[in-house]
Amino acid sequence: MVVETQCARFESIALDSGAALSPVEVAYETYGRLNATRSNAILITHAFTGDAHAGGTSHENGKPGWWDNMIGPGKAFDTDRYFVICSNVLGGCQGTTGPGTINPATGKPYAMTFPVITIRDMVRLQRMLIEHLGIPKLLAVAGGSMGGMQALEWAVSYPEMVCSTIPIATTWRHSAQQIAFNEVGRQAIMADLDWAEGDYYESAKPPARGLSIARMVGHITYMSDESMREKFGRRLREKEKFGFDFGVDFEVESYLRYRGNQFVSRFDANSYLYITKAEDYFDLTNGTGKLAEAFTTVDTRFLVISFTSDWLYPSYQSQEIVKVLRRVNGDVAYCDLQSNYGHDAFLVDVAEQSEIVRGFLTSTERMAKAA
Amino acid sequence: MSAHPLPVSNPVTLEERPDFSVIAEIIQPRSRVLDLGCGEGELLAWLVENKNVMARGVEISAAQVRKAIGRGVSAYQGDIDEGLADYPSKAFDYVILSQTLQETHAPLQVLKEMLRVGRRAIISFPNFGHWTMRRAMLFTGQAPKTKLFPYDWYNSPNIHFLSINDFEDLCRDNGFPIEKRYFLSGATRVTILPNLLAQTAVFLLG
Repeated sequence: MVVETQCARFESIALDSGAALSPVEVAYETYGRLNATRSNAILITHAFTGDAHAGGTSHENGKPGWWDNMIGPGKAFDTDRYFVICSNVLGGCQGTTGPGTINPATGKPYAMTFPVITIRDMVRLQRMLIEHLGIPKLLAVAGGSMGGMQALEWAVSYPEMVCSTIPIATTWRHSAQQIAFNEVGRQAIMADLDWAEGDYYESAKPPARGLSIARMVGHITYMSDESMREKFGRRLREKEKFGFDFGVDFEVESYLRYRGNQFVSRFDANSYLYITKAEDYFDLTNGTGKLAEAFTTVDTRFLVISFTSDWLYPSYQSQEIVKVLRRVNGDVAYCDLQSNYGHDAFLVDVAEQSEIVRGFLTSTERMAKAA
Repeated sequence: MSAHPLPVSNPVTLEERPDFSVIAEIIQPRSRVLDLGCGEGELLAWLVENKNVMARGVEISAAQVRKAIGRGVSAYQGDIDEGLADYPSKAFDYVILSQTLQETHAPLQVLKEMLRVGRRAIISFPNFGHWTMRRAMLFTGQAPKTKLFPYDWYNSPNIHFLSINDFEDLCRDNGFPIEKRYFLSGATRVTILPNLLAQTAVFLLG
């Protein structure tokens, strides 16, 4: 399945902050075919550093999508049955308007003049795309981590457009710990002199050190003590004894440095700042803490999934969502899947996740037809 | 009896769970049903398919919840001893507790909650008063291990042992209105001496 990223352009979008962006572009990919009744569309919402290339093989560089193990013929999001859409989030740096985009008013990249955005803003842009594609109602919105926040926001903001919601390894509001890790990442970027108050686009040196450190911290939070012990242990990197210096000694150091460096080539530091801020602002209740009220007008089905070893988005956060949905007598299925992979589990440990997503989508389809 | 046969699937087969066909017979089409300890969701899936019910399930085992959701049942992983408190009153037409009462930590509390959350409650349980249990106890002087209660005392999920008469007493003492009773030996209905002859009892309360 060779796929190509496409782009839709809209005149303007109003943002939660009160600011507006015009024009605004959104990069997206689609897999499978929209049926005659336009009732088989599923929106996949990506995690923090993801992009529109969720499935298939990229026409451009031959790379598989970030959720290729979940999307495709016969897979959980079966492209023989469903029309699957994924778009890059607002504020991103992989085709959708973000801080690296040229501001038409100045002819220069927005950089730090880009307005601060929210998860709801991202979802608002996705809704414009879904309408642009001529889809009246999505069979499902599904995503992990920040993708799960968007899925929840869809259910609350546009319940009439969603038959079902699949929030995975996520939360209904960012916790102090989650904000704390994001702040370390932001400070690492902003402490890098090459960041230059965000105006590095025309210099030859983007804030690579800061961005790679931010990514290293991120990667630690995506794994678990157990998965790191299994993957690296205390193994040394291409040596038999300590170097007695501050070069790379351990495999885990080498891995984090590699991941950090690799990230710099594909991600924009300012997008990192803006997207983490959107995550930190995320609270489905707008600060009231009354989740039941947020769900009162929601009649979509939910499949909530968490993973036992995920300490970045711990299971209790998913269970809070499930508990409140039960309280308002919502239609909710929930499973805490056993995995050692930590937060990354929703990307890599997908056999059981596929089993339940497949069953849930089939029953959602049946209910949507009966309705 | 219902016109449709129940699905026969592993690990729970119809022969092992004759109470399912009684429960299926009780439940009215298009009603709202909550199954506590729904296992792999066999009963709920059947009720959705054949009676078009709105189905919800609770199950403590992650592996079984996975199977239930895979079958399309809205099941969630949780503990029935605690989980019921979240539901609003009379959220369901029927709350089912099949072959699980004897495994709950606080059976009386669970029954009260079932009647709060549901307009009716359906409870099935293995009858500890069955003659095979009495005989085993009499002749061995040990915790009985029979076809009906196949576990050793130390690894049994059953933490309460009740007979049909015990359950009748509990309902009387707590004012739980019994609407109907069904007694089974295998898949056969028992009409006389249920506390001695029935292996399984199904009560409809409410």
